[in-house]
Amino acid sequence: MKKNRIDEKNKKPPGTDLAGESYLHMVFRRFRRHHLAAVSLIVLGVIVCAALLSPVIAPYEPNEIAGPFAQAPSRDFWLGTDQIGRDMFSRLLYATRISLLVGVMATAISTVIGVLLGLVAGYFGGLADMIIMRFTDMVMSFPYILLVLVAAAIFRPGLWNIILILGFVDWPGIARLVRGNVLGLRETNFVKGSLVAGMPLRHILFSEILPNTVAPILVYATSVLALSILDEAALSFLGQGVQPPTASLGNMLNGAQSLTVLTKQPWLWLPPGLVIVCIVIAINFIGDALRDALDPNGGR
Amino acid sequence: MGKYILKRILIAIPVLIGITIIDYTIMCMAGSPLAMLQGPRVSEAAIEAKEIALGLDKPVYVQYFLWLKQLLHGNMGYSIKSFQPVSDLIGSHIGPTLLLMGVSLIASLILAVPAGIYSAIHQYSKGDYTVVTLSFLGSSVPGFFLSLLLIYIFTVRLGWLPSSGMTTLGADGGAADVAKHMVMPVIVLAFSMAGSNIRYIRSAVLEILQQDYLRTAKAKGIGHFKVICKHALRNALIPIITVIGMEIPVLFGGAVIIEQIFSWPGLGLMTMSAISGRDYPVIMGVCLLSAVVVLIGNLVTDILYALADPTIQLD
Repeated sequence: MKKNRIDEKNKKPPGTDLAGESYLHMVFRRFRRHHLAAVSLIVLGVIVCAALLSPVIAPYEPNEIAGPFAQAPSRDFWLGTDQIGRDMFSRLLYATRISLLVGVMATAISTVIGVLLGLVAGYFGGLADMIIMRFTDMVMSFPYILLVLVAAAIFRPGLWNIILILGFVDWPGIARLVRGNVLGLRETNFVKGSLVAGMPLRHILFSEILPNTVAPILVYATSVLALSILDEAALSFLGQGVQPPTASLGNMLNGAQSLTVLTKQPWLWLPPGLVIVCIVIAINFIGDALRDALDPNGGR
Repeated sequence: MGKYILKRILIAIPVLIGITIIDYTIMCMAGSPLAMLQGPRVSEAAIEAKEIALGLDKPVYVQYFLWLKQLLHGNMGYSIKSFQPVSDLIGSHIGPTLLLMGVSLIASLILAVPAGIYSAIHQYSKGDYTVVTLSFLGSSVPGFFLSLLLIYIFTVRLGWLPSSGMTTLGADGGAADVAKHMVMPVIVLAFSMAGSNIRYIRSAVLEILQQDYLRTAKAKGIGHFKVICKHALRNALIPIITVIGMEIPVLFGGAVIIEQIFSWPGLGLMTMSAISGRDYPVIMGVCLLSAVVVLIGNLVTDILYALADPTIQLD
């Protein structure tokens, strides 16, 4: 094992291969080295495609009563039917779609908020920095799930409310990260150069500073995505998230709180749980590989 | 040192006040808790009288200051549902939560510290890959799903462990009985915490292993075991302390869901019923308590840093 690795290293002396290839190429090559991440990418791709194409793939309407109550998996109903006779496979597809939508939208919102606040705090410093960072501290020192639960209970649970709540809670980490990077970038020569050249502020912030901090933001955003999907599932599981009849991976598991479902009908709660685990673990592996691949000091 | 602690506490106070303001605003946006009481059998006049008695007819900021004033007198208010003082309610529920949190934290450290160090020492070995993959699994499996699986296996199939409560009803099993009830919630909490902790400790130890002083220690020829145990582990204390500090808010939040599933009679279960009953004074009390705990956790982490690493300069 060990010998192989050394041989591999010797074949490609550092420096020579870096000069000839573009940054994206290098990222791609380094990413591919992580086999688990490559597999995860395929798995996630399949899940996302299935979710996007759910109207085409699903054999039944997700809310349609299609067969007998609580039937075990059979040829007509691949994953069985639930207590009121809806097809579980169709519901699972639509649920995955909703859960992915919540995760992606919440991540997008929190990334935008975090980036903007981080840029302002890091670049302008002073009073703006102090106020923003104190506010960040407040949101961070709040037990996260508690805040989400209280907010969800209060603003009538529902799809868009869940997205907004998760989006408004997840940003502090990104804000801190961006602020830290901006503090460093502000002192670099190319930013000082633009400043001296009289470039407009908008250009300096969004065309000089932001592109140089995209990589860590991307890596962080993958972990936020994984977290939001987990949180949506937890909230919906507790009945405070996406409301039935709309299926989400979390609220499909909600039924398993009843003893009959838990003991006698495992097909009702095992598949959605496994899908959550697959999605989240795939995102985490991809994020880990991206961290490694995008690291400018990573070498090799 | 004393000066530093004082400074940190002074910084924490405005953060704490800010948190209470955010809490109060969110809760006031939700509307009156008396809305739940409304019905054909309750007259408007009765609701109005109740509103005045609870001070809900005053403007929001006046209510906030009244609440704050009461708080400074050590009174956290009264539950709207059971009319018990909030401090009594919290006092009677905090024991089981602290027990659960403490045991889970210790269990996760027992799992994560050796695994993280092993994984760092044997970097890129098969064992390392296994540990890292498992740790990803730990942080990717939703706690409630793992709980369901455990209940399914150990309670439904095997019948080994009880799935709800803290003690068996009617029986006086003592510590052994409580321990039996604790096994599954502790496994769930410890497993999910250990997931992120292992990777954190691993990367921290990897960094330590590349330091010059470790190379020196190795060069002295004192043996692999001594190098790791005496020179590396002392320095690995700092990341371990960070991990404990990071876990406190996670524990507080995670406990809410886990307590709900296992009907563990702690703060989480109380909070969930307060949330669904819109019992604002209780929710405010729990939010305040958790914010204080998190801020104290951060402070203690920073102080422990200084004790573990004399080169860190406070002030």
